[in-house]
Amino acid sequence: MSFKSRGLALALGAVFSSMISFGAAAAPTQVTMYYPVSVGGPLTQVVDKLVGEFEQSNPDVKVNAIYAGNYDDARTKALAALKAGTPVQTSVLFSIDLFELKDLNVIRPFDDFATTPEDKAWLQGFYPGLMDNGRADGKTWGIPFQRSTIVMFYNKDAFRQAGLDPNKPPRTWAEMRDAAGKLVRQENGATARWGVMIPSTGYAYWMFGALAKQNGATLMNAAGSRTDFDAPKTVEALQYWSALSKDGLSPKGLIEWGTLRQNFVEGKTAMMWHSTGNLTAVLKDAKFDVGVAPLPGNPQGGSPTGGGNFYLFKSGSEAEQRAAYRLVRFLTAPERSAEWSVATGYMGVSPASYETPALKTYAAKVPQALVARDQLQVATAELSTHQAGRVRKVLEDSLQSAITGQQEPKAALAAAQAQADRILKPYQR
Amino acid sequence: MTSRSFASRQAVHAWLMLLPALALLAAFTYWPIAGSLWESLHTQAPGVAPMFSGADQFTALLDDPVFLQALRNNVWYALVTVPVSVVLALAMALWVNGRFAGRGLLRLAFFTPTILPMVAAANIWLFFYAPDIGLLNQLLGAIGIAGRNWLGDVGTVLPALMVITIWKEAGFFMIFYLAALQSISPEQRDAARIEAPSAWYRLRRVTLPLLAPTTLFVVVNALINAFKLVDHLFVLTRGGPNNASTLLLYYLYEVAFKFQDISYASALTLVLLALLALCSALQFWFSRKRVHYR
Repeated sequence: MSFKSRGLALALGAVFSSMISFGAAAAPTQVTMYYPVSVGGPLTQVVDKLVGEFEQSNPDVKVNAIYAGNYDDARTKALAALKAGTPVQTSVLFSIDLFELKDLNVIRPFDDFATTPEDKAWLQGFYPGLMDNGRADGKTWGIPFQRSTIVMFYNKDAFRQAGLDPNKPPRTWAEMRDAAGKLVRQENGATARWGVMIPSTGYAYWMFGALAKQNGATLMNAAGSRTDFDAPKTVEALQYWSALSKDGLSPKGLIEWGTLRQNFVEGKTAMMWHSTGNLTAVLKDAKFDVGVAPLPGNPQGGSPTGGGNFYLFKSGSEAEQRAAYRLVRFLTAPERSAEWSVATGYMGVSPASYETPALKTYAAKVPQALVARDQLQVATAELSTHQAGRVRKVLEDSLQSAITGQQEPKAALAAAQAQADRILKPYQR
Repeated sequence: MTSRSFASRQAVHAWLMLLPALALLAAFTYWPIAGSLWESLHTQAPGVAPMFSGADQFTALLDDPVFLQALRNNVWYALVTVPVSVVLALAMALWVNGRFAGRGLLRLAFFTPTILPMVAAANIWLFFYAPDIGLLNQLLGAIGIAGRNWLGDVGTVLPALMVITIWKEAGFFMIFYLAALQSISPEQRDAARIEAPSAWYRLRRVTLPLLAPTTLFVVVNALINAFKLVDHLFVLTRGGPNNASTLLLYYLYEVAFKFQDISYASALTLVLLALLALCSALQFWFSRKRVHYR
């Protein structure tokens, strides 16, 4: 089945490339790109606008930008298109898909096209923290686009009520526990307001990456072939997390990623950890004074980065891939990155983007938007390994079993490490 | 024209008439099944060379705690949701089959959950079940009961999902029962009334046997749906906490599309297929003696 379609694709590709070599000027070069949206808001319009600007300044290229659902959907669709031989030259996919895409042998490094000094300067222009999940084997495979870190949103009004200084959010784990204890409010024997909520569904491994980093541990090696889930420092991080609900600072059981924002804006929790991609929506919905702070540390703060990178696929003709490369360069330039950041709450991807008038004006109006960027100095890579989906699930299962009290943190993480070892064995060459 | 050539022409006609259905079945059912079987006998993971591996994938399944948990969950899921939603559907149908004011409205109310797309409905239930801000806990709080973290607790998550499935399915099955009830002839009804004065006796001895073909159809469908309907998991729990609410088809999705492990997913597909085929076969076999079509 796939042989046939591959043959057909080859034949079509041959016809196509011969057409291009005969008359490059005649027809515009087609570039297809898939992209996901995983936070609220009319983001597809923003992408369409940015792509339209590219086409205006590059009339020889026609871009089909296709919205493809969430990150998992987008990856599935892009891979399915590649398998069927439909050309997809570039896509925005999870930054942590890097090793899997590389193992599938479907992406090529940006270094193939970045040959001029100007191109090389562009590659060096991004925040190094955002490049951690995009580099492997000394090459650059992912260019940051919609990127985030975890930040702590807090209710300044609640801080005032509890007698805390609203302009001094907790800086360390001990301070956060202290503050949370004071912020819990009981009413008629039930908890009317919790101290802090850290979501434990959906992206629990991401939150845990932050806690581990704050405690001085990393979850995996740079080659993505080994995890370190049961290191003593990592176990401590899970002990701290699971104790929050044991000690009545967080509700019992799991905290749902999808409803957490609502909990916060309705005042059911005084602090929450969440993606900075939520900033615009939280500021809009909350009827109280919202503070945004970097995550606390033990003692050094830290957060994994998150979100989507641009990849270049081995698909279509060389000319199309070069056009895709130009598209990526265009969309990640400081001005576009600034525009994207203002519309969403995602970070500007380069120091230069924060020097643009658009982002400067916005930051003056909404200083909370700068927290994620400032946190980049202590940011770490997001959990990314070979067989990433499977390894993530193993970790998430163990985190959930500890948080719901099925297992002790140490035993849960030891079991996860054993399973991850088994999964990653073929890649530990 | 001899009778033999007539027969063969008839056979050609018959095959031609069957062809469109056969082509569709072959392309979208039998060929993928054969493909799954082929894939399940091989091992291929990203970055690892594909190779023939015999029954490795199937033995791996038996060793996989998540698969076993999903299987256990799914059996419980079917054991609870199928009988409850079928009995509920019958009760609702019997109720709205009578004559009273507001009957149309009640029928509509019972049928509404069926019309809603599962993902949309699940989003409503997500906020319904949410601790602290959820409607359910607020209602319980109003009468002095402390609510729970329904979806975030290992002990309550599966029952909470079962309730949604029953709510979604009962109204749909009610429609079939209602149609069947309306097709029972008034003569039979009247005769039963004269012979047996007790309504309970009439229900047991006359109505239920007449509804038997409908019950078979509904039970087969409910059972298949217990394995097939997982849309709400994507929104509500993603199989958590710690796989407490994972169902087979959801796990299959994770393996195929999140882990990109086609071989293992194919093995899972075959297991699921065998399970469903077995269920249907057993049901038809059991019911052969007990269900009478007129």
